[in-house]
Amino acid sequence: MAHLPILQVILPLLAAPLCLFLKRPKLVWLFACVVTALTFTISVLLVQQVTSTGAISYELGGWAPPWGIEYRIDALNAFVIMVVSGLSAVVLLAARTSLENELSSNRQTYFYALYLLSLTGMLGILATGDAFNVFVFLEISSLSAYALIAMGKDRRALWASYQYLIMGTIGATFILIGIGLMYQMTGTLNMQDLAERLPEVAQTRTVFVSFAFVVVGVCLKLALFPLHLWLPNAYAYAPSIVTAMLAATSTKVAIYLLIRFTFTVFGLSFSFTTLPLNILFLVLGLLGIFVASISAIYQQNVKHIFAYSSIAQVGYMIVGISAGTAAGLSASLMHIFNHALMKGALFLALAGVMYRLGNVQLKSFQGLGRQMPLTMAAIVVGGLSLIGVPLTVGFISKWYLVVAMIENGWWPVAILILFGSLLAIIYLWRVVEVAYFRAPNKDNESVKEAPLGILIPTWILVLANVYFGVDTRINVQIAQLAAENLFGIVP
Amino acid sequence: MLIGHYNYWVVVALMMLGFYIIIAHGNLIKKMVGLTIFQTSVFIFYISVAKVDGGSAPILAEGISQYSNPLPHVLILTAIVVGIATTALGLAIIVRINEAYDSIEEEFIQQQDNLS
Repeated sequence: MAHLPILQVILPLLAAPLCLFLKRPKLVWLFACVVTALTFTISVLLVQQVTSTGAISYELGGWAPPWGIEYRIDALNAFVIMVVSGLSAVVLLAARTSLENELSSNRQTYFYALYLLSLTGMLGILATGDAFNVFVFLEISSLSAYALIAMGKDRRALWASYQYLIMGTIGATFILIGIGLMYQMTGTLNMQDLAERLPEVAQTRTVFVSFAFVVVGVCLKLALFPLHLWLPNAYAYAPSIVTAMLAATSTKVAIYLLIRFTFTVFGLSFSFTTLPLNILFLVLGLLGIFVASISAIYQQNVKHIFAYSSIAQVGYMIVGISAGTAAGLSASLMHIFNHALMKGALFLALAGVMYRLGNVQLKSFQGLGRQMPLTMAAIVVGGLSLIGVPLTVGFISKWYLVVAMIENGWWPVAILILFGSLLAIIYLWRVVEVAYFRAPNKDNESVKEAPLGILIPTWILVLANVYFGVDTRINVQIAQLAAENLFGIVP
Repeated sequence: MLIGHYNYWVVVALMMLGFYIIIAHGNLIKKMVGLTIFQTSVFIFYISVAKVDGGSAPILAEGISQYSNPLPHVLILTAIVVGIATTALGLAIIVRINEAYDSIEEEFIQQQDNLS
């Protein structure tokens, strides 16, 4: 039990090369599913442990921090670890069926190895309490993500992957520079230790520059407007399973990193009082919501629509962080959980459409409401959640976000957030209108419902969207606990 | 002041050169070259940070009491490995782009994408 913090990183890391020995696609898939399920179980145990006994500190190799690498699990990262490992496990269930039509069988083994490596990287970023370790895991997850995107069958996937590689490497190198400058000023890499030592040197230009490099680097990774240019094509042309996994997990990990650096390492007063990060984030977040939502309205590829919508949702999370209050932060954390569920469900439903039609162009959706009723119903429920209709998870986070803004006295922001939801109605209505109110075109008349292999994972996530919209114990309480811990409020 | 910190000036110059190449050049291989120069500047930066005035190489020896800090060297070894992996992956993707588009010029690739 004491080794749980490292076990959830080691397990997929060791399993990834083992995948290469299992040649048969079905066997590898089964093996990878067992590994992700185990990882998810560990993360649930970690959440239980953290909520009952407080933060866990694990010394890697028995070297005491701050000299050795420390893995530190508190409410914040236990929560995000649970989201990431849970979503990766559910999405992977659909992988075998979905890949049949999207990837030749001799390359599927590599797919599962890369998938597990990418998961390792993300879980490592979340678990570690060492700033340099963050960079290493960030590159593990990113490099495998570039390779996964390049597996898309459209040749544009290659070009998207290359662009992401360039942008992602610049972002990661910026983070590396920032960490180097921090080390130069404090002589430590441990996050807790950094948090204690940085205030002494906070008024130096080196620390300002270090902060700027880290924030810009992380924002490149989380696709904050205007650093989002890599995202739409990477999501649109990657294999459907990869899109679902990236949309549900990778930007969330980057947002966690942003919260960790601004709140824990540099501290609230430095980020929000010494430097005007709140105004910057507020403006960029709101711009992101509007620019991305309006772009989504004009897209012809449904994956593009939801990719732009993801950028808009990142905007909501950033607006929540910019409030600089526990209420705003907990709304952002809830949105991490909820957005993972929505986008997981939506992109898995699109994987079903991709399986039957071979493309996800909006014009091919004609009449699918009758041909693929369950898949389209999943898109409708996921879409309602995205808009923020009551009884879905989307409502919970929008509600808390709007309340947090009003508590801050930011009335105009609260109204703009609601206005942003109206834009979501427009781009979702375009999909619904084509799918339900147009007669099927000739090619679509013989299209059948998506296979169960994709339909079941999709509906697990759809039902989770509704379940956690009604029973909010997990998403709301842990998010609030995590936010209160970061603000030093003892419950 | 200026001369004493000359290695940092080298870092800044290399960093900006690399960054400029990534942005300004349309050839994918040249972009990778720029990216590598950009990353290399950070390696030099870390090694500069490790230097202690009057310090010797961090190898235990008699008669030496002051050593340079070996930790950034170790860190940057890891970063160099990561850099190699990135370059290798980038070049592998370029090979496949060349097979699929018959070109490694950004302008030409985007032209073909816009047509389809």
